[in-house]
Amino acid sequence: MKLPVYIGMLDEAEATLAASLRVVAEGHVDEPDVHLILQTLAKKCDVHREALKPVIERYGEDVEGEEEHRLTANGVTEIRSGPLALLLDLQDLYVLVHHIDVTWMLVGQAAQGDRDEELQRIVKQCEGDTELQIRWLKTRMKQAAPQALLVAE
Amino acid sequence: MTDRITEIWGERTPYGSGQDWPERVDQFLAEGLTGDDVDQWVQSACVLCSNGCGCDIAVKDGRMVGIRGRVQDRVNRGRLGPKGLYGSWQGETHKDRLTRPLIRVDGQLVETDWDTAMGRIVDRSKDLLASKGPLSHGFYTSGQLFLEEYYALGILGKAGIGTPHMDGNTRLCTATAAAALKESFGADGQPGSYTDIDHCSAMFLYGHNMAETQTVLWSRVLDRLDGPNPPRLVCVDPRDTEVARRAEVHLPVHPGTNLALMNGLIRELFTNGWIDEDYIERHTANVEQLRSVVDPWTPERVAETCGVDAADVRRAAEIFGTSDRVLSTVLQGFYQSAHATASACQVNNLHLLRGMLGSPGRGVLQMNGQPTAQNNRECGADGDLPAFRNWENEEHVRELAGIWNVDPGIIPHWAPPTHALQIFRYAEQGSIGLLWISATNPAVSMPQLSRIRDILRKDSLFLVVQDIYLSETAQCADVVLPCAAWGEKTGTFTNVDRTVHLSEKAVDPPGEAKSDLDVFLDYARRMEFKDKDGRPLLDWSGPEDGFEAWKECSRGRPCDYTGLSYAKLKGGSGIQWPCTDAHPDGIERLYTDGEFPTTPQYCESYGHDLLTGATTGETVYKATVQPGKAWFKALDYSPPHEEPDADYPLRYTTGRTVYHFHTRTKTGRSRRLNDAAPEPWIEMSVQDAASAGCKEGDIVRVTSRRGRLEVPVRVGDIRPGTVFAPFHYGYWDTPDGGTSEGGSPASPTRAANELTITEWDPVSKQPVFKNAAVRVERLRAGDGPSKAPDTAASRPATGGQP
Repeated sequence: MKLPVYIGMLDEAEATLAASLRVVAEGHVDEPDVHLILQTLAKKCDVHREALKPVIERYGEDVEGEEEHRLTANGVTEIRSGPLALLLDLQDLYVLVHHIDVTWMLVGQAAQGDRDEELQRIVKQCEGDTELQIRWLKTRMKQAAPQALLVAE
Repeated sequence: MTDRITEIWGERTPYGSGQDWPERVDQFLAEGLTGDDVDQWVQSACVLCSNGCGCDIAVKDGRMVGIRGRVQDRVNRGRLGPKGLYGSWQGETHKDRLTRPLIRVDGQLVETDWDTAMGRIVDRSKDLLASKGPLSHGFYTSGQLFLEEYYALGILGKAGIGTPHMDGNTRLCTATAAAALKESFGADGQPGSYTDIDHCSAMFLYGHNMAETQTVLWSRVLDRLDGPNPPRLVCVDPRDTEVARRAEVHLPVHPGTNLALMNGLIRELFTNGWIDEDYIERHTANVEQLRSVVDPWTPERVAETCGVDAADVRRAAEIFGTSDRVLSTVLQGFYQSAHATASACQVNNLHLLRGMLGSPGRGVLQMNGQPTAQNNRECGADGDLPAFRNWENEEHVRELAGIWNVDPGIIPHWAPPTHALQIFRYAEQGSIGLLWISATNPAVSMPQLSRIRDILRKDSLFLVVQDIYLSETAQCADVVLPCAAWGEKTGTFTNVDRTVHLSEKAVDPPGEAKSDLDVFLDYARRMEFKDKDGRPLLDWSGPEDGFEAWKECSRGRPCDYTGLSYAKLKGGSGIQWPCTDAHPDGIERLYTDGEFPTTPQYCESYGHDLLTGATTGETVYKATVQPGKAWFKALDYSPPHEEPDADYPLRYTTGRTVYHFHTRTKTGRSRRLNDAAPEPWIEMSVQDAASAGCKEGDIVRVTSRRGRLEVPVRVGDIRPGTVFAPFHYGYWDTPDGGTSEGGSPASPTRAANELTITEWDPVSKQPVFKNAAVRVERLRAGDGPSKAPDTAASRPATGGQP
């Protein structure tokens, strides 16, 4: 039974994403939409972790063999500077969110296979938020890219 | 005619439900003149608020000498408001008018000729295009030019240069109206009509101080209220406005909490079964999502969040839910506050739930703040594609390219149009090197003014300003172009309820001033913008050519103008769009059959997430849309981002007074209007004034995290905990601000926007002017009571007495 490994991984990935969103939010206060919306998106990660708690409790924290199976991408711990900073920082977040997106999908598959209704409900509740995080990052990067890549110095 | 400074709304002409609003002709002529002295009356419509009152301009000896309401016009039936009567031509004939172009030489603005001024612009423009490309150019325009001018600007920006960085101050006034209409109905376009006031049995005004922002429309409401079977009135506003005073239910919500109230009202409709299941089934999508979002918002929870009585929430919902014909109007109290688009969508949702759209008295008026804001939205000078085309729809872009005979690739459609505050951000960062501002004054009207002033004065920014006076913004410019004002040029414009008016040239502009249209056409010529066949991109000889070109662009779109012409607009009333061969008199109300423009091929937008502004995108939209049905869009409430705390314990909101328009460029130069409201003030409640140890007229310092004001206090009937400041005042008429060319005012403590926050709604991108945290300290005694008007919402506290 390796599902608990993935649930632990998901929990850690959400924590990493939340912290990364907050790092980028704080680093880009001069972009008010980025500053505020990333904090909103970080709160969604907090909610996801809260939602996962009962499942983690059910399976126990001490999961054998967890360490070898870690896949989690590194988080963002500091922001960049320069004309490409915003775009690259958002792109880092984009990679992290996609890692989570596919992990939710895989956990959801296992939850269905296991007929774990509680976990299925949690997956259903959370995966829409992840998809929203992806859509917002894409929207904002599409807006920023031409100016950053063509004109900014 | 009575003195309309004291009698703002004039004499009553009461009427009953379903009757025609009686006529009443308001006229004001220069002192000593009578109607017999007038050489000529020239047809126009008023531009000093968004109402769009038809009027005639009196001309004598080649000068404007008076104004009269057009009795045959559907908008006003002869009436005019104080600003139109006392500030229209009077505000344009001041000695300060710009009459020659100015260029900056050794730090000073000096007079020059048009060739030199335009030459400077074109040289810089061509340099930047060669070195950095089209994204180095930004255009920031107005809600006060004419349709033909916006369309010219839209074409030269999108098909001449190819920049997505185009917006107008309509972003500050009406962007949320447009956004909410797109989200709910698939495209912009006002569902209702002013005549819905004649028929309604209940009227809701959401954050809309109509009594001061559209005085003639409010006269229409007053005449209903004083007639037989008056409508029941509900007002949502933290101030004790005239609207609040006449309302059966007044909900003085804390600024920033509109969405909680709206979710509560919708919940009451569900709970009490005040919904039209059949309409919902046949004409809407997503009702279950709406139901689940509003579910937690009991009247008690709304009461706690918004600071209103739960019983009043129930009463308001009951009036909405049980009245036969409900009209809603929405303005800045919603548009410039937190959750702007979501709150405005909830108004649309209330009407969709009851099927209250498209018949007399059943309608929504998502208002505009300016007379020609609608045309900016239509013509694409605000970044949207012309005629409500969808930038994410390749076919729409190809169609537009066909109309202009250009390569579709030049039309910026690969990302959302750049909104105003983002344009200023790019200028701040230096990637926009040329910013062209027409007929607006961001140095006073934008949020967080110290920052805006720094941007406008940046060395890396070449700033072009075209205006009629040397505004605070123009003082920062590298080139100032003197322009013709209303009455000095011909063009058309469209008001809140889609009524199109022709405004004809009555007199020549002063000195060398030119119409904004001529300036844009001249620039396009000098830049040698060409179509695919090498012909000039903009070959119009004048405004009527522009109108004819626009008609073709609008053909088949929701804002179809093809049935209109200058000839048709002459002589009678303004006419509503859509106006086509099939509907030659225009269409009074949209969505009469419950069919909405949401089909993917036709819609203006694929929509957004209301929380973040993330775009839905073509694929998801096509997979989820139910073509022809309206969308229920909903969002749960979350607190605004800046809330009162120990350091800044009061909520700050900004707004308007009846006697001024925008930054007082014209109204501040009208003696009557200026005397009625000569200087800035702030409003505090009796309780908050007592806590701050100050009384009426004391000079106080209001501080936010971004700046401070030092102005007299008016102790008024605003809700406790909230401070209000009028946003009209700047620095041009102060001893230092008016003369400090290119410099910062020595004491920047008059403009309300010194304190406002740089934040915008995620969907409409409209700045949040009505929610910030401040503290107030008494500085000293003033010389008597503040000079805030005693006639309307700013009147002294009455302790709840009428």
